[in-house]
Amino acid sequence: MKLHEYQSKLLFAKNGIPIPRGRVAATAREARDIASELGGRVVIKSQVLVGGRGKAGGIRLAKSPSDAEDLATQVLSMTIKGLPVRKVLVDEAADIHKEIYFGITNDRAARRPVVIASSEGGVEIEEVARTDPDKIVREHIDPALGLRDYEIRNIALAIELPREHWRAFEKIAHGLYNTYTQTDATLAEINPLVITGDKRLVALDGKIVLDDNALYRHLDLAEMRDLDEESAQETEARKYGLSYVKLDGEIGCMVNGAGLAMGTMDIVKLFGGAPANFLDIGGGAQADKVTAALRIILSDPKVRAVLINIFGGITRCDEVARGIIAALAELKTHVPMVVRLVGTNEAEGRRLLADANLITAASLADAAQKAVAAAQRAG
Amino acid sequence: MSILVNKDTRLLVQGMTGREGLFHTKQMIAYGTRVVAGVTPGKGGEWVEGVPVFDTVKAAVDSTGANCAILFVPARFAPDAMYESADAGLKLIVTITENMPVQDMMRVRQYLDQQGVRLVGPNCPGLLTPGEAKVGIIPGHVARPGNVGIVARSGTLTYEVIQALTASGMGQSTCVGIGGDPVKGMNFIDVLELFNADPLTDRVVLIGEIGGNDEEQAADYIADHMTKPVVAFIAGQTAPPGKRMGHAGAIIEGGSGLAADKIKALLAANVRVAAHPEEIPSLLR
Repeated sequence: MKLHEYQSKLLFAKNGIPIPRGRVAATAREARDIASELGGRVVIKSQVLVGGRGKAGGIRLAKSPSDAEDLATQVLSMTIKGLPVRKVLVDEAADIHKEIYFGITNDRAARRPVVIASSEGGVEIEEVARTDPDKIVREHIDPALGLRDYEIRNIALAIELPREHWRAFEKIAHGLYNTYTQTDATLAEINPLVITGDKRLVALDGKIVLDDNALYRHLDLAEMRDLDEESAQETEARKYGLSYVKLDGEIGCMVNGAGLAMGTMDIVKLFGGAPANFLDIGGGAQADKVTAALRIILSDPKVRAVLINIFGGITRCDEVARGIIAALAELKTHVPMVVRLVGTNEAEGRRLLADANLITAASLADAAQKAVAAAQRAG
Repeated sequence: MSILVNKDTRLLVQGMTGREGLFHTKQMIAYGTRVVAGVTPGKGGEWVEGVPVFDTVKAAVDSTGANCAILFVPARFAPDAMYESADAGLKLIVTITENMPVQDMMRVRQYLDQQGVRLVGPNCPGLLTPGEAKVGIIPGHVARPGNVGIVARSGTLTYEVIQALTASGMGQSTCVGIGGDPVKGMNFIDVLELFNADPLTDRVVLIGEIGGNDEEQAADYIADHMTKPVVAFIAGQTAPPGKRMGHAGAIIEGGSGLAADKIKALLAANVRVAAHPEEIPSLLR
């Protein structure tokens, strides 16, 4: 789960990291009021959960409160990478002397947290990795011991941070590591961390990605989820414990197991179709979950055919069949469906579906070919 | 022979009295696995399915000589359960539990490594040595004893491949589901090493997916050390970047973890890569 910039920076501030003065506004009028309170120049920053806001024109510098109101009006009417801007952060403008990148993430290969820093801040770190890999410093952290002071000095030295800033940097590093551990983040990133003209270090922009699996112990953070930032289908899928990712194709896929769901998408492509979605109903799904899954798939108007591929282990084919029948009764759809049921209680599942108007398939390849053909006929 | 589990495995089930734990304990016993103990704190002294239940792993190991643990414990209690089994001296732990926080797993894995414990999982279907022992949730009836070793990050995709092999008359030595999490126990290379040394395994199927670079590392190992033919399948060629595909570890991040890169690395190591799962048996011949 991604947090907005303003949410991330508030968590940083709680851990002693200096951030600019500022507040979130949902209207241009509020933005003007905040700008008046702050005095001087302010930055209007769109709050959407995608990168590249600056390039898209979603971050603007305002010279006065009335300028702030005008720019906020513009930014609040924007759509960035498909996401409408609903909020802006109004921050006091900083006198930027130097920009640094400073982040912590999980290194899956090393199985440790890794601190990443670069003297080339203010651009995406992947960009620096491509163009100037020598400018990136990495320090792996022992997950049992946590971040050591000497490790912070190693980083400060490697990014050639002037010594006068080391004490402030050390405090920020501990604040960042504490934020990372206390929130169970998979990424906690300050970019840029700036050195200001009056020689302070300030976290100008921030990003936190939380580990969904740890949200059960962070109910306060779970409440920060911005439902406006995900599609109605994704919200619905999460409610039923389904993994759903929307894609651009015409063949809806309902599968049990993540690997098999990806494999099913791939084989649809292999036989000339395009998957409309990734959907894993998970292990042991009951009928109501199956019904919800089909409802979500069919809410996508591009779907011309549905491929249901179930390999029952924990999941029982008869339960899935009952879910399909309930969904068909509820949705009254004419979209053709290809069903392949294998494994636990498959005979009972097939018997239940015998009277429904469905196309059946024995193998995965057979199912994919039939789904592609059905979509072409329907298209 | 086979790897990791066989008829001499004396299995201890952590979380045996829970819904999932009980269901799969019955299945494992029905398959012929020697389940010698269950551990559920607060239920010590009870008997379930003819198996004695203990309050602690230490008591269970002392009384029954268990040599392998399997976990059906909810994610919030699973780290403690793994530390307990490691400290009771067990050297093989299979964690079926899903939805484990990554930071928990980094600490657990580091501790288990220090104790010399092998971990399979979490978020995995476990192990199956056909005809000998099932330590996990892989449907036993689709498998047959034989000489093909299987190692996979995905569960149901593994079942699919086992069935395709069995239908083609190819049995399996051991099927290892290593799980779909970004930080886990045994990895492809750890399992390939065991298959390479196992006299009953003569060919290996590797089932990977997008995310991370474990498949690329496996390709390096295969090129340098593997003496047996390997066939692979990589899921997620149509997955978009930046989206988590069900498994916590299945995500293309910052341009890395692409299926195409994994396939390229495997082909360069002389691994035959199947276009879809049902093609695997023909590539093994």
